[in-house]
Amino acid sequence: MKLLNYTSRYLAVLLLPLISVWAVLFYYALLDEIYDSLDDGLENQKFLMVERAAQDPSILSQHDPEFKKHVYNFTRIDASTYQNFQESYRDTLMYMLNEEDYEPVRIYESAVRFGEEHYKLKIITSMVEEDDLVQDLAVYLLALYVLLVASILVLNNLLLRKIWKPFYHLIAQLRSFKIEKNTPVHTGETRIEEFKILNETVDKLIRKSTDSYSNQKQFIENASHELQTPIAISINKLELFLENNSLTEAQVADVATVLENLDRLTRFNKSLLLLSKIENHQFHAEEQVDLNALTRHIVADFEDLIEHKKMKITCQEQGALVYGMNEDLAIILLTNLIKNALVHGSQKHTVKIKITPKAWQIENFGPTKAIPSELLFSRFKSAGHKERSTGLGLAIAKAIAEKYHLRLDYSFEGAHRFILRFPVLSSSKRR
Amino acid sequence: MKILIVEDEPQMLANMRQSLEREQYTVEAVSDFQAASEKIGVYDYDCVLLDIGLPDGNGLQLLQQLKAIGKHEGVIIVSAKDSLEDRLEGLDLGADDYLSKPFHMAELNARVKAVLRRRHFKGSTQLQLGNLSVDPESRRVQVDGEEVPLNRKEYAILMYLITNKTRLVTKSALAEHVWGDHIDQADSFDFIYSQIKNLRKKLEKATVQIASVYGVGYKLAID
Repeated sequence: MKLLNYTSRYLAVLLLPLISVWAVLFYYALLDEIYDSLDDGLENQKFLMVERAAQDPSILSQHDPEFKKHVYNFTRIDASTYQNFQESYRDTLMYMLNEEDYEPVRIYESAVRFGEEHYKLKIITSMVEEDDLVQDLAVYLLALYVLLVASILVLNNLLLRKIWKPFYHLIAQLRSFKIEKNTPVHTGETRIEEFKILNETVDKLIRKSTDSYSNQKQFIENASHELQTPIAISINKLELFLENNSLTEAQVADVATVLENLDRLTRFNKSLLLLSKIENHQFHAEEQVDLNALTRHIVADFEDLIEHKKMKITCQEQGALVYGMNEDLAIILLTNLIKNALVHGSQKHTVKIKITPKAWQIENFGPTKAIPSELLFSRFKSAGHKERSTGLGLAIAKAIAEKYHLRLDYSFEGAHRFILRFPVLSSSKRR
Repeated sequence: MKILIVEDEPQMLANMRQSLEREQYTVEAVSDFQAASEKIGVYDYDCVLLDIGLPDGNGLQLLQQLKAIGKHEGVIIVSAKDSLEDRLEGLDLGADDYLSKPFHMAELNARVKAVLRRRHFKGSTQLQLGNLSVDPESRRVQVDGEEVPLNRKEYAILMYLITNKTRLVTKSALAEHVWGDHIDQADSFDFIYSQIKNLRKKLEKATVQIASVYGVGYKLAID
């Protein structure tokens, strides 16, 4: 859920009880005011009646207890009742001709004295219809609620969006940020303190991580370069030593073991260098590479190894796959995938390659179950302990695939399957 | 044959010198740009091994200098960089070959010999070992004048062993030379053996035999 709607949702939920409570309070306050005003009016009527009765005593004797003719009625009472009489206001129902229904009315009962005569005076007035009032109030409040929520939404989407603009700008930048691509992040100008701090912090963080990333890359590259010469010297010294001396078999075997390990170190070092070169975009030349022909060629290179492992390799070509990329990298990519299948594939099994115009796929049977692909393509995660494996082959393949926008996926369905998916415009020259 | 090594790393230089002297070449060595520049200006060499990264200059400039004064030494660039650009630039400037560190001594020797052979015999020199003769140009192999058909890999193995006939050629050096860099992460180099076995069978009648050395590598045994 988006930040803007998130606050709107909370406001909407909060507003509902707020308005309801407010409606109840408002209703009672209103009603109280209405009663107050009605009662004042009734009392005033009483004084007017008393004045009128003084001029026209006949109204004292008219008998109209049902209030058919007038809104008032005098009833004689004795003195003791008059003494103890309590003024009262009460609600009752009366049949209204216009509404054709019983409607609430307010009755005011009071006692008055004319000379020696005492009367009870009743005055009625029509009342506010409470059910109508409640209904009206409910409708208006609902309308208010809807209006409020709507205006909050509009406000959020216009005003808040404007206020949060630097924030969304930053998020969009961060989302597309890739440290290995060194894409710059431009934080926009803002007057809001918090966003300023956020921008500055992000700026600083990115600069720091980019620096340390490139330093690290530089370090790996330099270290690999610097290692080449001492390794070369050691290998050559040992080779000369092997040639010069009449050594015993055990001694030769020992020297050979050291040489083997140095070879391994060399391969490892070269793989590291290759990885950093790919990541540093040091392979520029691109051409249309015929991956069908390349596959056949590489398979032919491996035939001795295939034969030695008593394996078979089949190549099913369902179409021509041509793609614009650096040829050396194409060779390394396919070689690493084929080599991986051969090295980890079980003996006496068949490695199957399938080429379609949009994908290149290789399958091998192996002793292990499915491997989590995030481990598979990370550096130094070699399955088992193959002595000659650097654990970098698939990481290199992945790096090359990424450089050329290919998708390299791994899946396991009885067999380990690597599939390289090419973008739709596989035969058109990019850039 | 006179060879000049331009290499700033003293131990590297000592190794190369020792290895090449075993092949009876006259070896001179310098370790900086200035000295190298003076040497190539004054003397003629059959082959120059040129390190690109010198402390006081770039080896490629020495190559330009060589070409500028009209010398036609065979030049092999030796570099720790193994960068495609350097390789292409070096070959464009007229270098004969490019060898990236680290390399096997057998490989260095093979490259030097190939350059010398191209320079001095225009490639057409019949190699004769016992009753075995090899014509590098036509890639024909004969035993006692009788043609022995070899496939590409068998021929490459044989040539590599002949070139390094005084040395022990390790399996790793052989695999790298014949099968290329890509094979290097294979489980083991045991797969080499089947080709060696075939080659031995084909060379049964030759006085030259391929001897295994303690399972570490191979060496030509000439009767």
